[in-house]
Amino acid sequence: MSWLQKLLPPKIKRSEGVRKSVPEGLWTKCPACEAVLYATDLENNQNVCPKCNHHHRLRARARLDLLLDAEGRFEIGAEVVPMDPLKFKDGRRYPERLAAANEETGEADALVVMQGAIRTAPVVVACFEFDFMGGSMGSVVGEKFVRGVRAAIEQQAPFVCFTASGGARMQEGLFSLMQMAKTTAAVTQLAEHKLPFITVLTDPTMGGVSASFAFVGDVVIAEPGALIGFAGPRVIEQTVREKLPEGFQRAEFLLEKGAIDMIVDRRQIRDKLVSLLTLLQRVPAVQ
Amino acid sequence: MKTTFLDFEQPIAELEGKIEQLRFVQDDSAVDISEEISRLEAKSLSLTKDIYAKLTPWQIAQVARHPQRPYTLDYIEYMFTDFDELHGDRSFSDDHAIVGGLARFNGQSCMVIGHQKGRDTKEKIFRNFGMPRPEGYRKALRLMRLAERFDLPLFTFVDTPGAYPGIDAEERGQSEAIGRNLYEMAQIRVPLIATVIGEGGSGGALAVAVGDALLMLQYATYSVISPEGCASILWKSADKAADAAETMGITAPRLKSLGLVDRLVTEPVGGAHRDHRAMAVALKKALQDQLKQVTTLSPAELVERRMERMMSHGRYKEISLH
Repeated sequence: MSWLQKLLPPKIKRSEGVRKSVPEGLWTKCPACEAVLYATDLENNQNVCPKCNHHHRLRARARLDLLLDAEGRFEIGAEVVPMDPLKFKDGRRYPERLAAANEETGEADALVVMQGAIRTAPVVVACFEFDFMGGSMGSVVGEKFVRGVRAAIEQQAPFVCFTASGGARMQEGLFSLMQMAKTTAAVTQLAEHKLPFITVLTDPTMGGVSASFAFVGDVVIAEPGALIGFAGPRVIEQTVREKLPEGFQRAEFLLEKGAIDMIVDRRQIRDKLVSLLTLLQRVPAVQ
Repeated sequence: MKTTFLDFEQPIAELEGKIEQLRFVQDDSAVDISEEISRLEAKSLSLTKDIYAKLTPWQIAQVARHPQRPYTLDYIEYMFTDFDELHGDRSFSDDHAIVGGLARFNGQSCMVIGHQKGRDTKEKIFRNFGMPRPEGYRKALRLMRLAERFDLPLFTFVDTPGAYPGIDAEERGQSEAIGRNLYEMAQIRVPLIATVIGEGGSGGALAVAVGDALLMLQYATYSVISPEGCASILWKSADKAADAAETMGITAPRLKSLGLVDRLVTEPVGGAHRDHRAMAVALKKALQDQLKQVTTLSPAELVERRMERMMSHGRYKEISLH
């Protein structure tokens, strides 16, 4: 850095969306409609833009907090933590990346699983934390997912998974690929016990998570505008050497193509899940 | 067939070139040079052994992608009889990147499914470089269900760079097709033995490889992402593919030591492409052994054992929370 640059004040970095929890009193710009929003307003609206309904990303625990009844919550699989079976190293060692992600999110890995209830109806919910290494699925995500499924079977409760992931975690190599087989094999057990399995695909749901259990849900829901697909848009563009159509791999596109059952606004998801789960389980509607 | 030599095989290529020249002049030569030829041949063999004994993971990836490597249809020809290819997914089209059909293995009926690559440019395009679209995976699933209905063991062969990343593939549900196969393969009530014969490219490979045993040829690779893909994401440069191949652990011996592969099948000196028949003989023996281990199990036992296998995958620590 030259002495001149040192003298100049650093440029103000524009934050993209509200990926990190914004301290109160800050203004934020919606990337979709460019409206300048008061951060508290956004937060009070479940991170959905009050002006254009753009669904900003939502942290796993914030989502669980909005979804589950306050009473009777119990976290599953918190004892499962990552290791480094390959001694993986690119520019940085894997344990360093894990530590940095832990520092940033407070999570041990990219999945949070909780047993609880929605409007008194028992349920087990698994939620991906995208801010933890892009929500990538490695051994811990796979194991926590499976423990969640087992807990659902023990409790005779439905299993719901909110996905937000870039795909499999490269740093665990083939172990990560095997998590696709592991998680998907586990959900076959839910069907065997006649327990509903619902997936809610949020922005983004790609690669190994998309191509495993995400689309085998009994009901597959997506959030508005979510990017969902197998290959990333950049990879596809490089392969086919043409510009991708407008709205390609967005939730609305998938609904049109018949890939998902419905798109549900975040602010209605609680009611929608209760309705679907009670219908599937042939129990009276919850008031 | 003239052998195509890879970059790191250049010393072998030079020696083989010399042998070729001597053979050419041998007929007109007044002196007997056959001794010289056999001396050079022995040298070439030992040089090949030396080079192949020290291959790096990235070099192994090149061998796995060798243009003369035996493909699924080659193995079918050498190891099976009465192959009747079955086509199509019954709802969209027939994907040429995956082949499958009924066949006999040592006289016994079975179902064979595998990725198929092409040799020349025309065939490569016809086979889409071994990269299936959703209809390929749906065809594979249809054949698996057919095998189950008639109690036929399943043999699958993996050799793909990955599932096709194209607009049409996405539109028709590439993710769903792969996920559905994983779901169904977990429950299929007949033995399923998968072998990685070349490239095991991520989810596109896994979609036909969940089974009761996983075999891998000595110079095959199996990985969560291609070394080039991993390098361009983590190092921001595809040139670092060799480093990515090293650290990801993509080779048969490494994966066997990690407990992810059940059996490694040794290849002929200089790789499977040097001797298709010898490779097929070795693989057939391995498949026979593997099949014997699971044929005595009842369908329920088979599915339960497979489920336990899937659940055992992964490395993590458990800590006390109190």
